[in-house]
Amino acid sequence: MIQDHLDIQLIAIVTAVACALPGVFLVLRRMTLMSDAISHAILPGIVIAFFLTESLSSPLLILAAAGTGVLTVVFVELLQRTKLVKEDAAIGLTFPALFSIGVILISRFAGNVHLDMDAVLLGELAYAHLNRLEVFGYNLGPVSLYVMGTILLLNLAFILLFYKELKLSTFDASLAAALGFAPTLIHYGLMTLVSVTTVGAFDAVGSILVVALIAGPPATAYLITNRLSLMLTLSAVIGSVNAVSGYWLAYLFDVSIAGSIATMTLLMFGLVFLVVPSRGLIAIARRRTRQRWEFAQTMLVIHLFNHEGLPEAEAESEIAHLHEHLRWDPAFATQVVKYALNNRYVSQEETLLTLTERGRSVAQQALVQ
Amino acid sequence: MANLSILIHLDYTLMIVAIGAALLGAVSGSLGTYAVLRRQSLLGDAISHAALPGIAIAFLLTGSKTPLILVLGAALAGWLGTLLILSIVRLTRIKYDSALGIVLSTFFGFGLVLHTLIQRTGNANQAGLDTFLFGQAATILESDVWTIGILGGIAIIIMLVFWKELKLLVFDEGFAASLGFPIRVLDILLTSLLVVAIVLGLQAVGAVLMSAMLVAPAVAARQWTNKLSVMMFLAACFGALAGVSGTIISSSASRIPTGPTIVLCATVVVGFSIAFALNRGLLWDWIRHQRNKQSLKVATDRLLKQPQRGSE
Repeated sequence: MIQDHLDIQLIAIVTAVACALPGVFLVLRRMTLMSDAISHAILPGIVIAFFLTESLSSPLLILAAAGTGVLTVVFVELLQRTKLVKEDAAIGLTFPALFSIGVILISRFAGNVHLDMDAVLLGELAYAHLNRLEVFGYNLGPVSLYVMGTILLLNLAFILLFYKELKLSTFDASLAAALGFAPTLIHYGLMTLVSVTTVGAFDAVGSILVVALIAGPPATAYLITNRLSLMLTLSAVIGSVNAVSGYWLAYLFDVSIAGSIATMTLLMFGLVFLVVPSRGLIAIARRRTRQRWEFAQTMLVIHLFNHEGLPEAEAESEIAHLHEHLRWDPAFATQVVKYALNNRYVSQEETLLTLTERGRSVAQQALVQ
Repeated sequence: MANLSILIHLDYTLMIVAIGAALLGAVSGSLGTYAVLRRQSLLGDAISHAALPGIAIAFLLTGSKTPLILVLGAALAGWLGTLLILSIVRLTRIKYDSALGIVLSTFFGFGLVLHTLIQRTGNANQAGLDTFLFGQAATILESDVWTIGILGGIAIIIMLVFWKELKLLVFDEGFAASLGFPIRVLDILLTSLLVVAIVLGLQAVGAVLMSAMLVAPAVAARQWTNKLSVMMFLAACFGALAGVSGTIISSSASRIPTGPTIVLCATVVVGFSIAFALNRGLLWDWIRHQRNKQSLKVATDRLLKQPQRGSE
């Protein structure tokens, strides 16, 4: 039982990290939806290879499906190159057509093959560890762990080997081309990796939720950092956290594991979106409130400064009447006075406000600017 | 017209399904025109996937499988997903494509969680996930045709009422804003109309293929004309054509699902349009290219044959 828990979580983590790494580059290159297209369009490849091999985990099937994935990319680019169809429409045309061919193939030959549509689309992590690798009678662990582990190493190797090229062609494609880095080659390399990863992941999480693993963690990491290397590391960590917490959530409520990993991905993105320093929603809201108070306070000291030492000064600095002079809501005026008193920009004598040294210099500065 | 005469000889159930598919094709074709022109072709994909949790929650709350209630839940969830996409893009530096991908997949994942929850309660009346994913055109009843006709008709009428405003929004958003049109409201209106079309189509072609029903007719229509009104009319016709021919083809042989066949029919229309459309099509382009080459050759020949003047 404990072994099962460990196995499933291990598969989930390895799959999540393997997806997150190429996902970083997809998010940065604005090509996230290509993974959506690939994950759907590999269906006919899977079906045809399954007819031939009759096994869902044979290497031939993975190669055939990955080939279909690359073919999808080629189709989309050919359509775009006619200049008659924009990129988004080209994607939106290609993958449903290929997917339809896959669905028709399955239902035409449904009697002869044991290929479950739900398994392909939705995956089931709970059973992924049941198919175990056995060599000479020794149980060496789940097959899908080996498959995804290999794919993870492949992705890692590609990114480490071509880190410089990937970075340059992602952030400045024309400079990369000018320097002779062959961005097209890098592009197709990346697309091949995405195809292979998607195929590897489909029997664990299914083709729709692969997109959550590919896009979610990198986008979350993108909210946190500006550095590519840090973004890669963070994506891997976030992907793993989502996978493990999603697994336990699913265990707790006895629901789909893949589904709850996707749900955790959304929650994690939302959480980071809320709390991340300087770019998060809370930080933005706090900055806006602070700016509002600061601005009101500056208005107040300028007002006091303008009338300082003049005959009407007494009337103009009466706390109870400030809101009339500055056209503020009375409650808001009281708050501003309190804020300014706290900052020692003004001091209070009976019912009158006077500027402090500090307040006077702030007012002078504000007026000069 | 040829299609109509075939239909008369078909049996009643098939006719109902064909009419339903044709209406769906027409509605999604005309509303998809806006999505394609605004480069939001994949928004349909996102909305249709994001609708799943809405259907599950509507079912969990009411316990009924009445199409109207489920459709309402689907529409609410799809609408919420779209708003989330728009606010992610507005408030962070995450780009449109990533926001779309995240909302699409995670909403769907959450729907899957709710779905397994429903399954676990052992409720025999559960909402079928297969139907949601692939649609079941064969189960379209006469009452569904009325629902599609009325709701789709209302959506089309609203679109026609705001024709001028929406046209301006699509082609020159900045100008529309400067004229004082409420851009955000119009944007939300257009998205809501799109949500209606998608939710109606879920039953027939399913979530996965719904995006094609929005994109394909509009892309095909775009090749034949530069006028919005003509494009929209053609898209509606192409959508209806794909719906009817897909239904007929899938009924002519056993075990061919209707939804995917409709999508493939629409794809064929796109392929034909890209290849053979007047003026824009690839064939036309090639002919023009050859003609230009020919006339260039004639011109250079003439130039070379001329006695060289002014060379001395």
